[in-house]
Order: sequence, then C-alpha cells, then structure tokens
Amino acid sequence: MRVTFPHMGNLYICLKAMLQYLGVDVVVPPPSSKKTLTLGVKYGPEFACMPLKLNLGNFIEAYGLGADTIIMAGGCGPCRFGYYAQIEYAILKDIGYEFQLIVIEPPERHISELFNKIRHITGNRSWWQVIQAIRFGYQKARAVDEIEMAAFKIRPRELVFGATDIAYRSALSLIDSASSPNELDRAKKRAGVIMAGVVLDESRPVLKIGLTGEIFTLLEPYSNLDVERHIGYLGAEVDRSIYLSEWVNDHLFLGMLKGLRSRKDACSAASPYLRHFVGGHGQETVGSAVNYARAGFDGLVQVFPFTCMPEIVAESILPEVSTEYGIPILTLIMDEHTGKTGIITRLEAFIDLLERKKEFRRHAFS
Amino acid sequence: MTLKVGIPRALLYYYYVPMWQTFFHELGAEVVLSSPSTKGILANGLKHAVDEVCLPIKMAFGHVLDLAGKVDYIFLPRMVSIKKREYICPKFLGLPDMVRCLDGLPPLIDINVNLYKSKKNAFFAAKEVGKLFTGNYFKISGAYRYSLKTQKKYFKLLQLGLLPDEALAGLEDGVGNKPRPGQGQFTVALLGHPYNIYDSYINMNIIRRLRAMGSNVVTAEHLSEQVVRSCAACLPKKLFWTLGQRMIGAAFHYFKRRDVSGIVHVAAFACGPDSMTGELIAREARAAGMPFLNLTLDEHTGETGIVTRIEAFMDMVRWRNAGVS
Repeated sequence: MRVTFPHMGNLYICLKAMLQYLGVDVVVPPPSSKKTLTLGVKYGPEFACMPLKLNLGNFIEAYGLGADTIIMAGGCGPCRFGYYAQIEYAILKDIGYEFQLIVIEPPERHISELFNKIRHITGNRSWWQVIQAIRFGYQKARAVDEIEMAAFKIRPRELVFGATDIAYRSALSLIDSASSPNELDRAKKRAGVIMAGVVLDESRPVLKIGLTGEIFTLLEPYSNLDVERHIGYLGAEVDRSIYLSEWVNDHLFLGMLKGLRSRKDACSAASPYLRHFVGGHGQETVGSAVNYARAGFDGLVQVFPFTCMPEIVAESILPEVSTEYGIPILTLIMDEHTGKTGIITRLEAFIDLLERKKEFRRHAFS
Repeated sequence: MTLKVGIPRALLYYYYVPMWQTFFHELGAEVVLSSPSTKGILANGLKHAVDEVCLPIKMAFGHVLDLAGKVDYIFLPRMVSIKKREYICPKFLGLPDMVRCLDGLPPLIDINVNLYKSKKNAFFAAKEVGKLFTGNYFKISGAYRYSLKTQKKYFKLLQLGLLPDEALAGLEDGVGNKPRPGQGQFTVALLGHPYNIYDSYINMNIIRRLRAMGSNVVTAEHLSEQVVRSCAACLPKKLFWTLGQRMIGAAFHYFKRRDVSGIVHVAAFACGPDSMTGELIAREARAAGMPFLNLTLDEHTGETGIVTRIEAFMDMVRWRNAGVS
C-alpha cells in the first residue's frame, strides 16, 4: 500500500510525519502547479470549485509516482467538500486510475467505522502508537505555523528583498526532515535561529492586514497565487484567520489544547451579522473580520474559490462589517482563470488606499 | 387590524406555500404574496445582491424587495434542514442575514427551521412564529396541524402529476384533482431545483415550451418520497442536500423508466450542489444511454439560445424514438 493525499499548503509536512511514524509508505504528490490544475480542469466537472480540481490533479500526479491508495477527508455538509472524495474517485476510475479510497469522516452509523478505516491504514500498530503519531504530526503542524507567522512579521521589514523567503524555505525543510520528536525539538530551535537571522529595518512603517476566507485557498499558496507573500512584499504584515494547527485543535481535538485561537471566538463575534453557521468557514470569516477590525487592523482581504457557497454568504454580509467598523475589505475570488498580475495590481491599489487612509487619519488627529 | 404577512414567491415557496399560507390564515393574518417574477423584480434583485450569488437568490432578493412597504412582516425562515441529517444549501442558511443588510424592509420572521436532529423542531419553529400573532397555544397548534394537512394534500396532488400552479388551483377549488392526460407523443423528465423549474420567468417557460414541442413533462415532484429515496440510495455516499437527493433519486428512477425518452437538467450558474449532482446525473446518463440536456441559467442567459438547444434536444429524442441512431 502506497498512500497519497491531496496538498493543502504545508499539510503534507504534518501528514507525512504522522504516516511515516507509523511506518506507512507515503507518496507526497509534487507541489500543486499549473500542470496539476490543468489536469484537474481537464477531468473535473466544470462548475466544481478549484480545490476539487487541484485535488484531482494531485492524485493523477501521485499515481505517476506509484501511489495506489488515497486518504481523503470527508464531511457531512452543507459545503460540497463532503462529497469530494466520492466524485474524485468516480472520475479517477473513469479515466483509468485505479486507486483504493479511504475517507476519514464523521461516521454515518457507528464510531467503529472510523476506527476500522484507521486500522486499515495503520495495520497492526497499537492505538497508543497511533496517538503518538497524531501528536507528532500536530507538533510539526504547530512548528510550521510558528515559522509561517514569523515570516508574515518579518517579510514587510526585510532589508534584502527575498531574504525572508530563503529563510522560510530552509526552516521548513529542517522541520520536514526531522524524523522523531527529539529531532523536531532541535530542528525547531535551529529554524527559529534561521528566521531571526533575517536583517530587518525596524523603523519602517508597516500596515496590518487580516487575511480571511476559505480554508483551502488560504492555506494553499498555489491556489491563492501567493497572496500573503505579495502583501508582504508591498510592505504590509499579514495575519491569517486560519492556521493548520488551530484547525486541527478545533476539529480533531475539539479545542482540548488551550491557548490557541479557537473558532468559537470567531463565531460569537459573527453573531450580530451572521447568526447561524453556513457550512465551511463562512461564519468564521465574518467573525474574524469583526475581530480584526476590533484589534485595529488597517484592512482585510477575503480569499475564496469561485462559486464557494459559504464564502459567498460571508461576502454579502462583510460590507456591513466594513461600514460599521470603517475597515476596507478586498475580496479576491480564485479560479483556474485568475491571473497573477491582476491580483497584484488589485493588491497594490488596495494597499495604496490603506496607506492614504492611515496617513489622513494621522494628520487629522495630530 | 389584521397583520399582513408577506411571502416572497421564491426558493422554497414552490414546496411549502400551502402550508405557510394556511398557517398564517388560521392565525388570522392576511397573507400577501409577492408578484410573479418579472424582469423588474430580477433587476431589483441584481442591484442589491452581490454578484457571486446564484440566480434564484438574486430573484429572492427581488421578491423580498417587492414586498417592502406592502406588509407588516416578511416571512423568510432560515431553512437549515428539512430532513434528518440533511441540509439544503449554505445560501439558504445565510439568506435572512444577507437580506437583513437591505434598507427599508419590514421586520423579518427569520425563524430557524432545523430538522437536522429531530422532526419535532418544525413544531417548535411554528410555535415561535405563532407567538407573534396570538398568545393562544391551542390556536397555534391547531393552525399547525391544519397547515400540515393542507401540505400533505398538496404533495399528493403533485404526485398525481400536477405542476405546482395547477395543484395550488386544485387546492383552492377542490376540483380538477385529476392529472391532465398527456397530449404529447413522448415524455421528457425535467429535473432541477423547484425554484428553477417552476418559476417560468427564470427558466423562460421551459415547461410550456417542452409541451408545445409535443412532449409530456414529468418532474421529481411527481414521484413519491419513497421512490426517490430508494433510487438515491444506490449512491456510494448519501447526499447531504435534500433537494440534490430528490434530483438524483428522480434521475435514477427515470433512467430506468421505459416511457421516459430524455432528461433535461436545469441548473443555476455557479450552483454548488448542482455542480456535484449534475456531474453524477450526467455520468449516469452517459452510462444508461439516455439523451441528456444540461441547461445552465443566469441573468445573462438569452432566450433564443435556450430555445435552440431545446429544439435540438427534442429533435434528437424524436429521431431516437423513430429508430434512427
């Protein structure tokens, strides 16, 4: 059994760690690229959202590397992600890629369904080892997120253009190559040193932008055309509303770990505007927009794939948040036709607007 | 003075209007329906909704705005779920909040209708709504029971082969409960969300056009819940959209029926559930060798384009029936 899974940003680091810890043979698909998307668009349904097409491309590319089993998350609606695995499997079968499909999702009838699936992947490893593996995977996710947060902070302040990206990549590969919890501790320390080694210009005025939206497009840099990096280049610090480790804590550990931002805060903040969950991360998007506005951020960027239903609901409610708190919001919708230059131009204009607004305020109050 | 409650002629209106109407009537309120869809109503909706929402939601915005100024309340329940462990669509879940951003609307009755966990919640929702009109618990529960009965009658009429407007007329005068004998030479199944296939403005009168071209039209609502469910059960995983399941179940049923010669699937542009169910239906249609036409509607759809495609489809069906392949 050679297991593969779809890409979602740095998810592969933590999933790979988890599966390899259990001795499973893992095939990580090549990073999502134009080729991946083209494959997905060719075989996927026209109106499916972009994550499905990228997933499909990932699987086809992984098949070429010898993968024969897919691990995929599922769900029970109302977001269409819950039906992804089944549709993708049917399409792959049609075009001649024979995979075995394992969908990890809330069980339909009994919890044993889920346990059986995990058993199927892990073979005869003990449950204690499975728990250790999950722990190890989570630690990696946390480490990766901390590096990302640091990168968001230093990128707008770097003295040498591109220094942050180089540091970020080498820090990530350190974390990725750690194969045991002890090694991970050492790697984390060294990664911290590397990130701190980037020379900064502390006096530079920097805007703060909150990035919210749909989880896949937020986490997968290919799908959002590197929007966070470009905001950083344009001299603004980014804070993202969803990090992988927070998501894992919220959904898999049911918020057991304290001290992390949780979706509950976001949902309660959303309540005067959006009083009911709408599937996906719609309510979280509205809620984190409110939280960012309260925290004094200069602007917000919402990112989601074309036709994403929960985010469309959020999009039509965000103007209310925007007028109430006086915070500009830019909505970027991604699909296979989105061009990078168009996105950069819009970001430039948006950041110019924010800078002007900030300047104007400073003069008005001084 | 009797309170006036406005019901927008959009979305689940086509399913539940007899129930809603009876319920408010029994509570002594006057029910005002928004006018049937027109270009003006859609244009108004387009102006106020964000670009990305689908055509039926834009239409719903238009209908809500049409009621503004005419009524004391607008009935816009948050239809979360109408069946255990199923949802409708995320946009239905957010609709009251999206509409609340509009100016100049009377108060919304945006009660949560959520049967995800238990069927009983329908009555709790009715009770909450009833409290706006009367303090009398018995009156509310009586009105609720009577409205359920009317609803059952309505579904029965639909299953006899009537279309919603014919069934509604049938409910009013109590006659004409017989389905019209099919005039056409063959039968075509028309599948899609009820608000797409029964709103004759949105779909450019597709039912009348199909009939005029000599075919009988059957829809998913002509089938009983049981048939639909058992046919949809052959999917690898249960669909979590009630309307999507209805569509899939009906499609799978009509694939097997000898007297159905073709399937027309009407979807709204950028509809999330349709992108998945449409794919499943199209895949199965190919396997079953059934003529299949997929029409995607949005506010830019030209009437002539739709007509041309229907004509071509009907020609194909006719030729196949005549044994030319």
